[in-house]
Amino acid sequence: MPQDKNRQFLEFEKPIKELFDDIEGLKQKAEKSKIDLSDPIRKLEERVIETRKAITQNLTPWQKVQLSRHPDRPYTLKYIDKLTTDFVELFGDRNVRDDKAMVGGFASLDGRTVMIIGQQKGINTKARQLRNFGMANPEGYRKALRLMKLAEKFNKPVITLIDTPGAYPGLEAEERGQGEAIARNIYEMMRLKVPVICVVIGEGASGGALGIGVGDRVFMLENTWYTVISPESCSSILWRSWDQKEKAAEQLKLTPDYMHQFGLIDEIIPEPVGGAHWDYQEAANLLKPYLLNTLNELGQLTPEQRIEKRIEKFNKMGFYDEVAQ
Amino acid sequence: MKQEEDFEANLAGEEGQSEETKTSWFKRIKKGILTSTAEKKETPEGLWSKCPECGYICTVTELRENMFVCPKCAYHHRIGSSEYFDIIFDDDQYEILYENIRSKDFLHFTDLKSYEKRLQETWAKTDITDSVRVAKGTVKSNDLVIACMDFEFIGGSLGSVMGERIARAATLCLEKRIPLMIICKSGGARMMESAFSLMQLAKVSGKLSQLTDAGIPYISLLTDPSFGGISASFGMLGDLNIAEPGALIGFAGPRVIKETIKKDLPEGFQRSEFLLEHGFLDFIVPRKELKEKLATVLSLFKN
Repeated sequence: MPQDKNRQFLEFEKPIKELFDDIEGLKQKAEKSKIDLSDPIRKLEERVIETRKAITQNLTPWQKVQLSRHPDRPYTLKYIDKLTTDFVELFGDRNVRDDKAMVGGFASLDGRTVMIIGQQKGINTKARQLRNFGMANPEGYRKALRLMKLAEKFNKPVITLIDTPGAYPGLEAEERGQGEAIARNIYEMMRLKVPVICVVIGEGASGGALGIGVGDRVFMLENTWYTVISPESCSSILWRSWDQKEKAAEQLKLTPDYMHQFGLIDEIIPEPVGGAHWDYQEAANLLKPYLLNTLNELGQLTPEQRIEKRIEKFNKMGFYDEVAQ
Repeated sequence: MKQEEDFEANLAGEEGQSEETKTSWFKRIKKGILTSTAEKKETPEGLWSKCPECGYICTVTELRENMFVCPKCAYHHRIGSSEYFDIIFDDDQYEILYENIRSKDFLHFTDLKSYEKRLQETWAKTDITDSVRVAKGTVKSNDLVIACMDFEFIGGSLGSVMGERIARAATLCLEKRIPLMIICKSGGARMMESAFSLMQLAKVSGKLSQLTDAGIPYISLLTDPSFGGISASFGMLGDLNIAEPGALIGFAGPRVIKETIKKDLPEGFQRSEFLLEHGFLDFIVPRKELKEKLATVLSLFKN
């Protein structure tokens, strides 16, 4: 987690930055003049919490999208670090190469072994390039599938953490079958004998997200989004301009509240006040009980029951009229 | 020279023509004067047809008799579900199913127009009820259920109705133990249905996995164009993935890839022949041989 002085602020987080500056000013003053200013500092710190809360209470859909992309937001490996112990990262699709945009491995979640897989974004410019901004190539999806099959062999549940602006739209990605790789994952995840829990921890864009997003339960963290296309691309196609992303975000109804209301996801997981970027450990602590409870619940069912329910769960999704003929 | 087509425009419910064609000197005021029947929709209009590939001019009747394949250069014109059903099923006999399932604007989605209005307009100008039609018939006496997309209906976009109709087709195949074929022709997801359209990928894949368990064949025929969610799900999940010659098939559209890599795309990129070379197709089948080949494959599976 960044130190307070290194934090980055989104436009609508600016009031918090001002408070931070005030606190910093008071601290320096106290240092210099040796006056005890801990009281006003504490008051300002309380106001930081209040402001964090106030700011995230009435976010527009587009602001949620921005928050899901917050530069300080925790990514998959951070959650793995804060949620689990004994993580053994496994690399490669045993075919082309290791895709750095997709990570995964076995880990211990409160004493039980799980396979945990997710897209990984970078924390600085260099790492962002290495991780390809969380946009996996076909080998990333095939690596994820290899790990899921490994989990199935050892009868360990699978947890996926979704955070991607989309599968990578590159030339080589097409040559190596980006579509086929995602299709295969969706199909195979539907048939996995072990419990599967999927959590959208940041961006959930389209097939790139669904490629690790088919599970017995699908959760979304509070400040995330999940839909068929990014608001920017949607704007460019339907509005024929890149400037309508706010409108597109609104129209797509891509926030956790809507997704839950539509029955497309199962639960919304709360984040620390103001967003997961304020406290990584707390973010993980808030997620953990949902994972543990769900694993217990799913463990009661046989593999056949889980698969049947999983297929039925997705089969119910859709809206249409049945007209009289 | 073939014009580069912008099939994303079709997903927005607009005609995918270039500016040049839009501002042509002569405007057709009355649409489809010579093509009043449902069968003729999505086929070249008028008495004469010019091949977009080689410029060969022939009558529409000649083209129709040639299964809408250019007699000179074998360019495969884009055709609709009715044409495919006529080409594939025995004696033009088939039963159309699930036509009563219709799209609705559940999300009240509005871009430049409301989805509701777009649907009404689309229904008004075509006899097709949605972007996929399901039919059951026989191919040289082999039973087959086909779900065939119509590009004419909002770019063949993948929405809840497509998902539901295909899911029901798969259920029928399970009950009656009949092979399933999906003929893909789509620009991708129906954005006006947002996440619901995305979830159709999972929905149909779930049903396909039941076909696998029951040992029922599923064939995916990819035609021009097959993009986005189609290739990221059932389009690529066939026991056989086959394609018409020269069809554009891919996950990301050529425009997006070009913008991403900031380079021109190689000749033949994302065409059927390219996919075959890279190992993603079982074979390419010219339209004229489609029925014969299907019958062979179906009887090989059966006997």
